[in-house]
Amino acid sequence: MSAGHDDHQHGPAKGLTRWLYTTNHKDIGTLYLWFSFAMFLLGGSFALVIRAELFQPGLQFVAPDFFNQMTTMHGLVMVFGAVMPAFVGLANWMIPMMIGAPDMALPRMNNWSFWILPFAFAMLSSTLLMEAGAPNFGWTFYAPLSTTYAPSTVTFFIFAVHLMGASSIMGSINIIATILNLRAPGMTLMKMPMFVWTWLITAYLLLAVMPVLAGVVTMMLFDVHFGTSFFNAAGGGDPVLFQHVFWFFGHPEVYIMILPAFGVVSEIVPTFSRKRLFGYDSMVYATSSIAFLSFIVWAHHMFTTGMPLAGELFFMYATMLIAVPTGVKVFNWVSTMFRGSLTFETPMLFAIAFVVLFTMGGFTGLMLAIAPADFQYHDTYFVVAHFHYVLVPGAVFSIMAAAYYWLPKWTGHMYDEALGKMHFWLSFVGINVLFFPQHFLGLAGMPRRIPDYALQFADFNMISSIGGFLFGISQLVFLFVVIKCVRGGRQATAQVWEGAKGLEWEIPSPAPYHTFTTPPAIK
Amino acid sequence: MAEPQITEPEAPSASTAGGSHRARRKNSRVVLKLLATALAMFGFGFALVPLYDVLCDITGLNGKTGGRYEYSAVDSRVNTERLVTVQFMAQNNAGMSWVFKPNVKEVRVHPGQLTEVSFYARNPSAGDMVAQAVPSVSPFQAADYLHKTECFCFTQQRLGAGVEVDMPLTFFIDQDIPEEITKLTLSYSLFDITANFKRADGSLGVGALSAN
Repeated sequence: MSAGHDDHQHGPAKGLTRWLYTTNHKDIGTLYLWFSFAMFLLGGSFALVIRAELFQPGLQFVAPDFFNQMTTMHGLVMVFGAVMPAFVGLANWMIPMMIGAPDMALPRMNNWSFWILPFAFAMLSSTLLMEAGAPNFGWTFYAPLSTTYAPSTVTFFIFAVHLMGASSIMGSINIIATILNLRAPGMTLMKMPMFVWTWLITAYLLLAVMPVLAGVVTMMLFDVHFGTSFFNAAGGGDPVLFQHVFWFFGHPEVYIMILPAFGVVSEIVPTFSRKRLFGYDSMVYATSSIAFLSFIVWAHHMFTTGMPLAGELFFMYATMLIAVPTGVKVFNWVSTMFRGSLTFETPMLFAIAFVVLFTMGGFTGLMLAIAPADFQYHDTYFVVAHFHYVLVPGAVFSIMAAAYYWLPKWTGHMYDEALGKMHFWLSFVGINVLFFPQHFLGLAGMPRRIPDYALQFADFNMISSIGGFLFGISQLVFLFVVIKCVRGGRQATAQVWEGAKGLEWEIPSPAPYHTFTTPPAIK
Repeated sequence: MAEPQITEPEAPSASTAGGSHRARRKNSRVVLKLLATALAMFGFGFALVPLYDVLCDITGLNGKTGGRYEYSAVDSRVNTERLVTVQFMAQNNAGMSWVFKPNVKEVRVHPGQLTEVSFYARNPSAGDMVAQAVPSVSPFQAADYLHKTECFCFTQQRLGAGVEVDMPLTFFIDQDIPEEITKLTLSYSLFDITANFKRADGSLGVGALSAN
């Protein structure tokens, strides 16, 4: 090897092909993150159509069928396009750097698992421009709404879900292989950062349930096009079977969207408390317990389908049991902060908001877990408020916290702290104005997924819509902060944050294109 | 000159990120195992379909009645001590245009007593139609004790335009029906399945009426 060649590391290729052909985990992480942000804005704009229509009772802007298309597309795009790819992006960027690996274990597959996503969502979104309209049966696509009564575009939806599933399965295989095989010598499993742990468990969850999702949409495909009767009662099938198979996927799916968030918060809280994470071991066990329990609680989404009493009780108690490991986590975060020397930079603000607001979403989840009470809450705005509290100030806030936390490492520049704080406070206020009144709407009996409503719900809906637009527009501040940070700013140090510990903070900022080509020594 | 620990100065490209040959073998072992898991879970999704039916069958959940029951001498013992009320209901699934109703609203029968009733159906439309009745028993605990020896729901019903028909149902209640069940409801939903039998020219297929 010639000397000059040895001394410098190869930077990225130039131009568009860098992104098309890249097998570099940092490039792919960046692609995932930008893609998920684009989907976040797209799904958010669908939500704003919904909130605009619900601003006042009566039909103002859109026809009921288009309203249904908006609720469906909002859910699908946010779940599969925004939240999941954002976490995969964070995993791509951070896991190799956190465990001292040179890259992901399967870099070419990594490229592939990202690049099928834009095609999947282009296919799904293209249905909006078709004569039959986009899918309108809700993101849970219950049969027979999604089979017998579905618009013809359901086939596009099915193949889009197949692609998303393939992407997730490949992504999770890659993450597991990386974590199991590429840890630096001395990095035992119980020395791994919490973010890596939560992603390892999430990847196993993905591997277990994404194929079941692929199976259920395949059954739909057969029912719609090949005359089978998996979910068609007239042919001996059963629509309730659909709900069982769907929620067998769907419940672990909600933990897929929150476990990496737990990991992110478990990184950020210790840094800005300048203390070690309290109860590391119990965090690992709690995460594993949550993952296990997530497989045996699915029917709590189906309390009103006519289950026998024994079934209702089993799923009710199993669901409540999840509060125990989740409580352990919340306790650990609070204990980490207890008597720490806290500072409140933007990532910490988002992380603390996460702990508080996610816990609120968890409590409404406990209320919904009580089977007899669920008969009242089922399919109302209370459910909408519940899962938005765990997903928006839960999953989404943790993603934003992660972005602010690691932006200096990614770009080499500090972001604009004042703008970051402004983004936080606008989001924090917006989110609560948006979702808190929905609890009241639900308790008062407003059903979800309706374009028009009775007059007594008018005031809270108006407040909620105002919060929605505030939250939506304040995300443009986030976009601005990120672009500004990419383009320049105060030079970041290697450690970036005073209390930050871990391998990723020992390499320079911005992180070089190739890191840990020789494994670091782990003390 | 620097002393790189690795043989390739460019560091990880696609072919080397896994490192040595040994590391790559380790990777492919993990990948194969995980792929097998994913495939198995895909299969498990489909296995849930028969599992669901088996579970409903064992527990009697869902109020599904069984198929044709072979009546035997053992069943002919009639328990005249008890009377069970059997109510009949009929309803059309969304979009079904037929007139469909039971000819008697309810009967009181002894367990073991073979009883025949009938349901009325008429096709008011201007074309041939095919229908399928899907039964359900309430309370679902009674489903295992209602035995049908003959039922119009075992086959599809094909009626020409304006044609009406009385469709037979023969059943008996099992002698082992629990004491606390004194009344049960047998309900039928009628589904329009004409579309499944339509040929390209719009006529109905001849072989349409095979048993269910």
